Amino acid sequence: MRYKQKRRIKLIIILAIIAFAAFLYFQHGINLGLDLQGGAHIVLQAQPTEEREINDSVMTGILSVIERRVNQLGLSEPLIQREGSDRIIVELPAVDSPNEAINTIGRTAMLTFRNSSGEVLMTGEAVKDARADYDQYGRAVIAFTLTDSGSEQFADITRKYMGKKIGIYLDNEQLTNPTVQAVIEGKGQITGYESAQAAEKDAILIREGALPVPVEVIETRTVGPTLGQISIQKSIRAGLLGLLLVAIYMVFYYRFPGILAAVILAIYGLILMGTMAGLQATLTLPGIAGLILSIGMAVDANIIIFERIKDELKSGKTLRAAIDAGFKRAYTTIIDANVTTIMTALILAYFTSGTVRGFAVTLGIGIIVSMFTAFFVTRNVIDIFAGSKLLRENKSFGVRKG
Amino acid sequence: MDILGKRKIWYTISLVIIGIGLLFLLINGLNLGIDFNGGTLMEFSFDHDVTTEQVRAVLQDIGIAEDSKIQHSEESGTNGIIIRAKTLDSEEIVTVDNAIKSEFDSAEMLRTEMVGPTIGRELRINALLAMLVASIAIVIYISFRFEFRFAAISIITLMHDVLITIGVFAILGREVNTPFVAALLTIVGYSINDTIVIFDRIRENMKLMHKVPFIKQANTAVVDTLPRSINTSITTLITILAIYFFGGASIQTFMLALFIGMFAGTYSSIFIASPLLVTWQERISK
Repeated sequence: MRYKQKRRIKLIIILAIIAFAAFLYFQHGINLGLDLQGGAHIVLQAQPTEEREINDSVMTGILSVIERRVNQLGLSEPLIQREGSDRIIVELPAVDSPNEAINTIGRTAMLTFRNSSGEVLMTGEAVKDARADYDQYGRAVIAFTLTDSGSEQFADITRKYMGKKIGIYLDNEQLTNPTVQAVIEGKGQITGYESAQAAEKDAILIREGALPVPVEVIETRTVGPTLGQISIQKSIRAGLLGLLLVAIYMVFYYRFPGILAAVILAIYGLILMGTMAGLQATLTLPGIAGLILSIGMAVDANIIIFERIKDELKSGKTLRAAIDAGFKRAYTTIIDANVTTIMTALILAYFTSGTVRGFAVTLGIGIIVSMFTAFFVTRNVIDIFAGSKLLRENKSFGVRKG
Repeated sequence: MDILGKRKIWYTISLVIIGIGLLFLLINGLNLGIDFNGGTLMEFSFDHDVTTEQVRAVLQDIGIAEDSKIQHSEESGTNGIIIRAKTLDSEEIVTVDNAIKSEFDSAEMLRTEMVGPTIGRELRINALLAMLVASIAIVIYISFRFEFRFAAISIITLMHDVLITIGVFAILGREVNTPFVAALLTIVGYSINDTIVIFDRIRENMKLMHKVPFIKQANTAVVDTLPRSINTSITTLITILAIYFFGGASIQTFMLALFIGMFAGTYSSIFIASPLLVTWQERISK
């Protein structure tokens, strides 16, 4: 009777673990990386100028300008963070024209007013606000207003350059080059845009101000939504096929325990998904490979255990005793073998970034979950069936009579 | 089954394969992709078959055709075109993007990758550093759990697996990028994992069979763990092959590297690691 009671408790524990994993999975879902859901990953590096070197306040300045630009572009769920001493990583999920967005985000956007010999008369710091608008002829323009001091400065300049040309430049690109016809105070217009959208893009840059120093876009990776979809579908199909083949092999080789191994593998998959969801880890394409690889490790743990039990059975122990001894001896092997892989995963995660880090993290999580599954789920499942005829059969665990 | 007695044969097989690989590595080098060398890669899909000449004509108009390589993409079912160019700035990328889209109505950007030269250099350094740190960490752990000679031989074994993988890639001339580095590191982890399971059994046999010579203890360990070694590598290789054939073009190189590395890893843990322990033992007792 005691054995049956124990068995019931073990069954309940396993079901509780499964239920908890399923709850986490359905509650939180799995975060998909940019390579799977589509989006852009951008790395910017601040470039020191003769006047300014890169320090924390410059970086904070860049960060806030970029944040405002990204918000103004109306991109959802952006991730903007500093990395190292002079880099900024921007991640934009689900962006429609990623390359154009990158182009806008990475510009220095220094607005200057220059005379015909190129001398800078006034900079964008004098501008308070800039919006896309239409002039009286229905042409797309940028309407800008000046700060109080900017207003005075501009009045002086236009007085001095009456009848002459003043060019307005965004970085080194000439936006417009009008001839001054009246003294201008307070506000002005920049003409020459093909569309209101084009005007709005520059307006954002002018309105949110220039970056304190230029940045260089040193790495961009953008994935369109189509490719992400193809990747997800293909890798899930491939993963399931792999799992199925492994299950068939295990059943073929280990007979009834093989079926148990296949069930354990399914439970492992569920716990793994639950853990990924619970930790809010991001799944990338190499990450899926990491997961599938950790399935290999999870199967390995079961194989080690089964082989040990088989050895013990061969040496003439009863099934119960063989299971006990087999597990005990498999534990150290599994721990020693997996600790080194976990170490490599950690080191990989530390030294890399982006999708490869995603791979290292999922591999690490996968191995830890596989150890938990081996020590806890496999043990209990085998114990539950230890009393049944199915496990007592001689061919179980691949033992051959002889 | 006497595996360790024939160890000279196993060493020779490995040395020949590694030798050929190194030869190709010296002559051709590795086909380093944009992640290492910097550059731009753009992949587009179309609803009909577009020739590389048509795309080249578009690039010619905007003046970047000179240094660009244009190929059909391997991703099935997309009528894809891959453009590889030098490192373009974001404005040039937008120009290419727009030019392709205005020439072909159905054009859709599948992916764009631009890597500056700095990033490539960093990747090379970080990959080597990661490998070095991982090796040191492994030596420490194994010396602590086993003995130093087990650790030293584990490192030789993992170098064997990594060299074979790199060598085969040099022979095949396949392009390598960041995922290749991840694959190598995974191979390091797997190689150690696989070797330790056998070393663990040798350690056990050294206690249980202390009267028999070391070569016998080791050989018994290798033979006894053979079913596990074979089953584990079969199940792992099955999943890798499944992803290789059905997982799409983007992870194929990654999976190929894993396949070669894990195959080498299984071979080396059976035929190289334990035999080397025996060779080490013999040298010391002489």
